[in-house]
Amino acid sequence: MRREPARGLVQHLPVIFPGLMLTVFFIVPFGTMVAVSFFRRQQGGFYVPDFVLANYARFLTPFFGNVLVFSLYLAIAVAVVSLIIAVPFTYLIARSRRVTQVIWLVALLSILSLSEVIIGFAWSTLLSRTAGITNLLVRVGLMDAPKALVPGFGAVLTGMVYQAMPYAVLVLYPSMVRLDPTLTEAARTLGASPLKAFFTVVLPALRTTLIATLIMAFIFALGSYLLPQILGRPSHWTLSVLITDQALYQSNMPFAAAMAVFLVLVSLALVSLTMFASKKLEA
Amino acid sequence: MSGLVLKGVSREFGPVKAVNDVDLEVPNGRFVCLLGPSGCGKTTLLRMIAGLDAPTTGTISIDGEDITRLPTHKRNLGMVFQSLALFPHLTVGGNIAYALRIRGLSKEEQAHRVEELLALVHLPGYADRAVSKLSGGQRQRVAIARALAVSPRLFLLDEPLSALDAKLREAMQVELRQLQQQLGITTIVVTHDQREAMTMADTVIVMQGGEIRQAASPVEIYRKPADTFVADFIGSTNLIDIAREGDHATLLGRPTPVAMPYGISKATLSVRPEDVELTAPASDLPEAKITFVRDLGGAIEFFLDAGGTQVVAVTSPRARPEVAIGDRVGLRLDPTRSVVLTR
Repeated sequence: MRREPARGLVQHLPVIFPGLMLTVFFIVPFGTMVAVSFFRRQQGGFYVPDFVLANYARFLTPFFGNVLVFSLYLAIAVAVVSLIIAVPFTYLIARSRRVTQVIWLVALLSILSLSEVIIGFAWSTLLSRTAGITNLLVRVGLMDAPKALVPGFGAVLTGMVYQAMPYAVLVLYPSMVRLDPTLTEAARTLGASPLKAFFTVVLPALRTTLIATLIMAFIFALGSYLLPQILGRPSHWTLSVLITDQALYQSNMPFAAAMAVFLVLVSLALVSLTMFASKKLEA
Repeated sequence: MSGLVLKGVSREFGPVKAVNDVDLEVPNGRFVCLLGPSGCGKTTLLRMIAGLDAPTTGTISIDGEDITRLPTHKRNLGMVFQSLALFPHLTVGGNIAYALRIRGLSKEEQAHRVEELLALVHLPGYADRAVSKLSGGQRQRVAIARALAVSPRLFLLDEPLSALDAKLREAMQVELRQLQQQLGITTIVVTHDQREAMTMADTVIVMQGGEIRQAASPVEIYRKPADTFVADFIGSTNLIDIAREGDHATLLGRPTPVAMPYGISKATLSVRPEDVELTAPASDLPEAKITFVRDLGGAIEFFLDAGGTQVVAVTSPRARPEVAIGDRVGLRLDPTRSVVLTR
């Protein structure tokens, strides 16, 4: 639909409001952070305005490099695992009766009402040696003795996937519901088994949504800093944990800001790479 | 026997009987139209033949092989859906080659067959187009080509032309019929459009309430409808009560030469509007008053009131009688061209 270009202040109002909000609550804080990342830290004090690259230089040590790589690795793992679980789950929901759909979605959305702290401690109990699920496995005879699964990488991954899943389902659900069910039927009449139809028709037809879900889960996981601390060892701490540590406990605002800016840049680069790759695939 | 055979096929959705005890035989190479109003069970019947729905009771077989429980993807059929269901992520060529790709044919074989099929549906050179860039008629052709890619045993179409405008629809009906005759493939089309059914089919199967009301050639369906539903559904007709009084039948209060079946005292006479002749009033003919005249140029319709029963007569402009609204006329109904219906 084409529209006349807006004229005058009144016609521009609907655009001005979100623009203003974006400026006040995003551009200004982010700009401040970028500025602070170049400031000089004062020992024992706070920071003074300056233009130094020392904060970024300090970042280029193997230690921080490793943490960055691990953070990205964890976020990608969370995104991929969430997608692998969420896609068949959402597909089955979308194909079921209306009542079943509502029950599942409400249950799933209730996860969103849980705080990250509760999720973290719930999983640390569930995966513990004394009261965890390994006790059940011992009871049914699958294991010899209860074992602590926490802290560890598996525990961190589990907790974060648990947290990211509802979001992934929420992004997938509308497209899955709208997907014409006759597409799979057509594939079946053309000789594809139901499973083959799912992989050759349903997934490719939903490619854009799948990529959007992947990116969303990735960014969501990148910002997580509580679950790695509750469920992981220090080696499983993400860059977000270090940023919090620097900003709140070491009072090194400029270095925290530098790391945050760097994290934003790296994730932006990864996201654009993903989108570029999917465009290439389409062409 | 060879061909498609349905025996006692029923499909129940909870308490609703969508298809009720249908027996049907379609010899190979035949073009069959399932015709009926919406909700008559024709689409459910087609979906059961395709294997997308399972019959509650009854068996379906092709060439003597029972396929009632055979999954859809092993039935080797081609189907065109009402929504067409073209794969949005594939090109025209990709859509048509889908069945070939699934069966593991080489890229060269696929490309060769795609060109062959595109030529068949008069879309040569369209293989690399995006499906979304096609017009309605072109999408229709792609869907047909895709369904025919593996030379299926059965060609099924569910309301295939309903999305097209009237002119294109008529053209596609003729084209589809010619394509079917060229390939000699057993074809079953579901439609609610009786013109469409009359144009294309060898056999028209009229369905209502989940049951087959009549299965016959288009001309027979039109000329010798089995019951009042078929008579009324196919074309337009006058349904007039007819009763036996003593040794003769009466129609609209006058004796009529129409023969009543033995042992029946009350029935309905179906007379097509073109078989109602308007004459001067006479003592032995039913009398009617003209209430409305619709001059459509190519045909003239007279709406008549015969003692409370509405009768419609159609004439060509050349045979137009000299009458006007309000005139009283006599109705001459040709007994050889009318049908006495007892149901």
